[in-house]
Amino acid sequence: MTTSRRKFIKISALGLGGVAATTSALNMFGSNSYIDELVKENVAKKFKRTPTYCEVCFWKCAAWTYTDEKGAVKKIIGNDNDPHCFGRLCPRGTGGVGMYNDEDRLKTPLIRTTVNGEETFREASWEEALDLIASKFNGIKEKYGAESLGLIKHGAPGAHLEHLYKAIGSDTIAEPAYAQCRGPRETGFALTFGSWVGSPEPTDIRDTKCLVLIGSHIGENMHNSQVQEMSDAIDNGATIITVDPRFSTAASKSTHWLAIKPATDIALMLAWMHVLIEENLYDKEYVKKYALGFKELKEHVSQYTPEWAYGITTIEPEEIRKTARAMAHAAPSVIVHPGRHVTWYGDDTQRARAMASLNALLGSWGRRGGFYFKESIKVPKYPHPAYPHPKWGWHEIGAQYPLAQMGITTEVVKASIPNPENKYPVKAWLVAGTNITKSIPNQKLLKEAIDALEFMVVIDTMPMDVTGYADVVLPECTYLERYDGIRSATNREPSIAVRVPAVPPKYDSKPTWWIAKQLGERMGVGEFFNYDDFEEVIEWQLQKMGTSLDEMKKIGVKNYPRTSGPLFLNEDETYNFPTQSGKIELYSQELKDLGFDPMPKYTKHPEPEQGFYRLNYGRAPMHTFSRTANNPNLNDLKSENNLWVNPKVARIIGLKTGQEVWLKNQDDIISSFGIKVRVTERIRWDSVYMVHGFGHKEKQLSRAYGKGINDTELISKIAVDPIMGGTGMRGNFVTILTENPHKNTEI
Amino acid sequence: MRYAMVIDTLKCVGCSDCVVACQTENDVPIGYCRDWITETVNGAYPSIELELKSERCNHCENAPCVRCCPTGASHQLNNGIVLVTGDECIGCGACIESCPYDARYQHPDGYVDKCTFCHHRLEKGQLPACVSVCPTKCMYFGDLDNPNSEVSELLKKRKYKTLAPEAGTKPHVYYLI
Amino acid sequence: MQEELFTSGRNIPNIDPSLQIWHWPISVYLFLGGLAAGLLFFAGLITVLGKDKQYPTSVKFASIVSPIALTLGLLALFYDLTHKLYFWRLYTTIRIESPMSWGAWVLLIITPISFLWVLSYYSELFPKWKLNYKWFINLEEFLQKNRKNMALVLIPLSVVLGIYTGILLSAFNARPLWNNAILGPLFLTSGLSTGAATIILLAKSAKERHLFSKIDLVLIIIELGLIVHMLMGMYAGSEVQLEAMQLLVGGEFTLMFFGFVIILGLIVPAIMETIEIMGFKVPVAVPAILILIGGLVFRFVMVEAGQITRYLY
Repeated sequence: MTTSRRKFIKISALGLGGVAATTSALNMFGSNSYIDELVKENVAKKFKRTPTYCEVCFWKCAAWTYTDEKGAVKKIIGNDNDPHCFGRLCPRGTGGVGMYNDEDRLKTPLIRTTVNGEETFREASWEEALDLIASKFNGIKEKYGAESLGLIKHGAPGAHLEHLYKAIGSDTIAEPAYAQCRGPRETGFALTFGSWVGSPEPTDIRDTKCLVLIGSHIGENMHNSQVQEMSDAIDNGATIITVDPRFSTAASKSTHWLAIKPATDIALMLAWMHVLIEENLYDKEYVKKYALGFKELKEHVSQYTPEWAYGITTIEPEEIRKTARAMAHAAPSVIVHPGRHVTWYGDDTQRARAMASLNALLGSWGRRGGFYFKESIKVPKYPHPAYPHPKWGWHEIGAQYPLAQMGITTEVVKASIPNPENKYPVKAWLVAGTNITKSIPNQKLLKEAIDALEFMVVIDTMPMDVTGYADVVLPECTYLERYDGIRSATNREPSIAVRVPAVPPKYDSKPTWWIAKQLGERMGVGEFFNYDDFEEVIEWQLQKMGTSLDEMKKIGVKNYPRTSGPLFLNEDETYNFPTQSGKIELYSQELKDLGFDPMPKYTKHPEPEQGFYRLNYGRAPMHTFSRTANNPNLNDLKSENNLWVNPKVARIIGLKTGQEVWLKNQDDIISSFGIKVRVTERIRWDSVYMVHGFGHKEKQLSRAYGKGINDTELISKIAVDPIMGGTGMRGNFVTILTENPHKNTEI
Repeated sequence: MRYAMVIDTLKCVGCSDCVVACQTENDVPIGYCRDWITETVNGAYPSIELELKSERCNHCENAPCVRCCPTGASHQLNNGIVLVTGDECIGCGACIESCPYDARYQHPDGYVDKCTFCHHRLEKGQLPACVSVCPTKCMYFGDLDNPNSEVSELLKKRKYKTLAPEAGTKPHVYYLI
Repeated sequence: MQEELFTSGRNIPNIDPSLQIWHWPISVYLFLGGLAAGLLFFAGLITVLGKDKQYPTSVKFASIVSPIALTLGLLALFYDLTHKLYFWRLYTTIRIESPMSWGAWVLLIITPISFLWVLSYYSELFPKWKLNYKWFINLEEFLQKNRKNMALVLIPLSVVLGIYTGILLSAFNARPLWNNAILGPLFLTSGLSTGAATIILLAKSAKERHLFSKIDLVLIIIELGLIVHMLMGMYAGSEVQLEAMQLLVGGEFTLMFFGFVIILGLIVPAIMETIEIMGFKVPVAVPAILILIGGLVFRFVMVEAGQITRYLY
C-alpha cells in the first residue's frame, strides 16, 4: 500500500478549541421556570429582525433573522414578498438557526502540520494562513501559470472566489451542481428551446392542470416555491402523473403513479410522443408555428408504440395511453417537469430532450400552466479592472464534451492527476461550500487527484470530510453573520434580496468576501477589491438599482416590474426562440453535426445481477445533501439515512426493519459504515434506496459521524454523458451484507 | 370561541417544517418536540397508499390530562386551548400517562410541556408558528364556533377524521382525508 | 404490508418509543401503599371488633411497618417527581377528578394517623426505651383512649388508600392495560393480602397465624378471581385491550406475570397455606414472603407493561 501524501485528517482536539457548555440533561430540583417564562415574554417583545437570504440550499429564499436583545439568533422567518418562499421557509431554512448554533463549527484557521510523524492540524492565525495560501498560490502561478489554480465551489461564497480567480487569471472553475446534478437538463432544454431551465425552474405549477414528474420528487426535495405551487395545484384539482420506480411522496399525491422499471424513462416518453402524434392529440397549431423537425420526430416515434414500451418499462400500454391523453387533455397547461438532479444513466441530455420535445408537442413552453418566460434584473457590476485572459480554463478541460456549458468538476479532477498528455495540469484547489467527497462520484479518482495536488485549501463553515484533506482550512462564518452579493431572482417578476449580518461572526470565522479580498491583496490583485467592507459594494449596487441599503434593510426584498415582455406567448405574434433556427428544435441539427442522435433514442442500460440491487438515492426534505447532517435542529429530525428494501427482498435475505447492514457494490467497494434497514413497500424489488448525504467520516461532527451510509462512496461506475460530460450515477448495484465487514479493521 | 386546527393530509409532504418552526418559536429543547410527523404506508407495491400528517396536542374538549392533573397546572381556557402552567406542575407525569396521543413531555427543567396552539402568537393576532410556516399550506387554524371560518368551511365541505376518537377525548385537530 | 413511522424522527426521552414516565419508585410506592393499607385495615378491624388482645401482632407489632411503608412510599413518589420544588402545589387545591390529588390528601391524613397508632402502643412495643416526658405520657394515654376512634377512621381510609393504588392506574383510558374497573378492587385485595402476609410473617402465636392464613387464603382466591375477571374483560375488549392482554399472556411480561405473580405469588402460597391450615407443618415464612414478592412484582409488571400499551391510530 502506498502512503498517501495528503492523509485524511480527522480534525482533532489539537485542531479545535473549547467544548461548548451544554445544559444538564435533567434538572433535579426544577429551575425557576416561571421566571424563565417572564424573561421569555419580555424578550419576545424586543426581537430585532435583519434581512437575509437563505444559504442552507441553492433556492436562496429571502428571510428575516430574528435576534433577541442578547444577540442570540432566535428564529428565521420567510419574507412575505419573496417569490422563492412567499413568507414560508422550508424546514432547512427555518432550521438555519442550527447552522449558526452548531458547536462543531470550524472555529479558527487550521494548517496541516506533522507532529511526531503524525499528520494533524494546528490552529493558526488568519494572517499566517492567508500568507501561506498566497505564497503557495503565487508559487504555483509562477511555475505553471494561474490557470493551474482550480476552484471548486457552490453557493454564495463561490461568487467572491470566482472574482478572485478571474482577477488572478484562472478560469479553472467548476461546480458539482452542473455535471453532477442539473447539467443535462440545461443542455437538453437549451438544444430544444434555446434557453436553460435555470433555477428556480420557470414552471407555472400553481396554474397547471397536469404536472408530470419523471423521477423528480418534489416534496422530498424541498425546492420551496415548487413545493408550494404543487400544493396549489393539488388544491386546484390538477392531474399529477409521477414516473418513479419508488413510491415517492409526490407519487402518493399523484393521480397516476407509473411504477416504471428503472432506467427506461426514455422508452416511456417515446411511447407518449407516439400516442400524442398517432391519436392527433398534440398541439398542431403550436407545433406548426414554432417547432422544427416535427416530420422527423413523427417518423422517429412511429415505431415506439405503447406495446413496445410495455416490454421495456413494465407499464401497461393502456396506462401509457391514458396518461398521454390526460396530458393532452390538460394541454397547454401541462408541465413535463425537467427535474433537477438528472445525471442518471449517461444518456441524460437525450432524456431531457425527450422531456423538452414532449413539452413542445403539448405546447406548454410559454403557456399559462406550462412554462413561463422568466425574468431577472441585472445587478450592476462593481467597477474593477478588466480580468486578464487565461490561456485555458474549464472550457478547454472539458472540451471533449462539446455542449458543456459550465465547468465539469470530474474533468477538473482528472486534469489534476499528473499525466504527460495532460495539457491542462491543475496543481492546486480551492474548495468552497461543497463537500466534494460526498458530491463527486468515483472516490478513487478523487483521492488520486487530491493526493497529487501541490496545495489544497478548503473554505467551509463546518468540518466536513473534505476539510480533512486540506493543507489549510479556513473557517467561513455562516450566512447569518455576513454580507454577500445581492440575490437577483429569475422568476415571473424580477426581484432582489439582500443578506445583512444579523450577528457578528462567531469564533474566529470570517466571510468569504473578506477572505477573497485578503488573498487578492496578497496575490497582487488588490485593485480588484476596491472596498473595505462588502457593504460598500452592495450599497453602490443598490443605489444604481434605485434603492438603498437602508431601504433594503427595512424591506429585505424588492420586486421590480417585468420589462422583457409578457409572461406567456402572445398568440397574435410570432415568437423567436433563442435557438440557432429561432424555432423549437424537435430535430437537432446541432446534435447531428456533432455526431449525436438528433432525436432521443432508448438505449438499454445495465441491470443488476443476481443478488445485486440498483442503488437509488434521493433527498429528504429536512436535509441539504451532506451539508446539514450535523445541524442540531435538522439532525433532530433525521439523524441517519435508512436503506429502503422491498419486503420480498427482505424475506429472501432475512432482513428486518431497524437491522444494521453494510453494502458492497459491483466493484467490491464496501460502505464505511452500516445502515439501518427499512422494509417498505415503497421501493421496487430490484432496487434499494437511501437518502443522500449521510455516513460522515469526520469525527468532529459529533452528531453526524458514522451515521448511515454515504451513497457516493458506492458510486464507482459512472456513465458519462458524451454530450455535456454529466456523470450518470444510477447504474451502480449493491449487495447487502448482514455481517459487519469492518469487524476487525479500524475505519 | 373554539380554536381548532385542520390539516390536509392530501397536501402534507411530511417535510417537518412545522416541527422546526415550533422548536425555534417556543424554545423547545433539541431532542424534544411539541409536534411531529407520522407516516403510514398501506398496501403492496405497486398498489400503495401513503399518509403523512403533522400531529400535536389535540386540545381535546374532554381532556384527560386536565382531569388527572393533581394541582391544576394543566388547565383549559375558554377558547379550548389546553395549557400547562410550569410553576404549578410538580412533574408527577400523570398527564403524560393520560394522553392517548403522547403529546406531552417532561421538559429538561422538570415541568411538563406541550403544544399551546402558540397561544402567545394568537394574542398578537398571528397564526401558530407551524401553520404560518408550512410550505404546502396544508394547515388551517381558526374558530369552530364561527360557522364562516376557514376551518368550519373545510369541515363542512371535506371528508375528515380525528385521531383515536374512540378514546373519547373529542380531539380538536382535524385531518382532511 | 402496513408501516407506521415518525418522519420527523421523534425520540423524546422517556416517551418514545413507549412511555417510561413512571419508573420503579412508582411500583414500590404502589406496593408499599397497598401493604400499609392492608396492615392498617386489619389493625383497625381487629381493634373495632375488640379482639386486639387476642391478635397482638396485627394491631401492635405489624403496625410498626405501616408508617415506615408509607414514609418510604412517599419518598419514592417524591423521588419520581421531576419538578420537585413545586411539590407543595399538591396541597393548594383539591381536584376531585384527579386520583393523584385525592390520593395525596388521603396520604396526608393517613400517614400521621399511622404514626400516632404506633405511638399509642409505644410503651408496649419499646419497653426498654422509656420516654419519661410528661407530655409524651399524656399523649400516649390520650392516644390509647382514642384507639377505637382512630380505628374507625383508619378502616375507611385504608380501604380508600388500597383502592386508590389501583385507581391511580385505571383512571387513564389512554393506557388500555390499566383502563379497567377491576384494577381498584384488585389492588385493594392484593394490598390486603400482602398486609395479611406481613402479619403471618410477624405473628408469634399459631392462632393468629392461622386466622390470617385463612383470611389470606380467601383474599388470594378473590384476587385470582379478579385477575381472571380482568383478563376476560380484556379478552372481550377492543383491539387495544387485546394487545394489552397479549403483553401479559403471550408477551414479554408473561413469565413475570404467570411465573412470579400468579404461580409463585398466589397459587403456591395458597396451597402451602391450605396445607398448614389442614394441620401439616409448613415453614410459614415461605408463603408469606412469596406473597410479598408476588405483590411487588405484580406492581412492577402492571406499571411497566401498562406504559407500553396505547391507542392505535
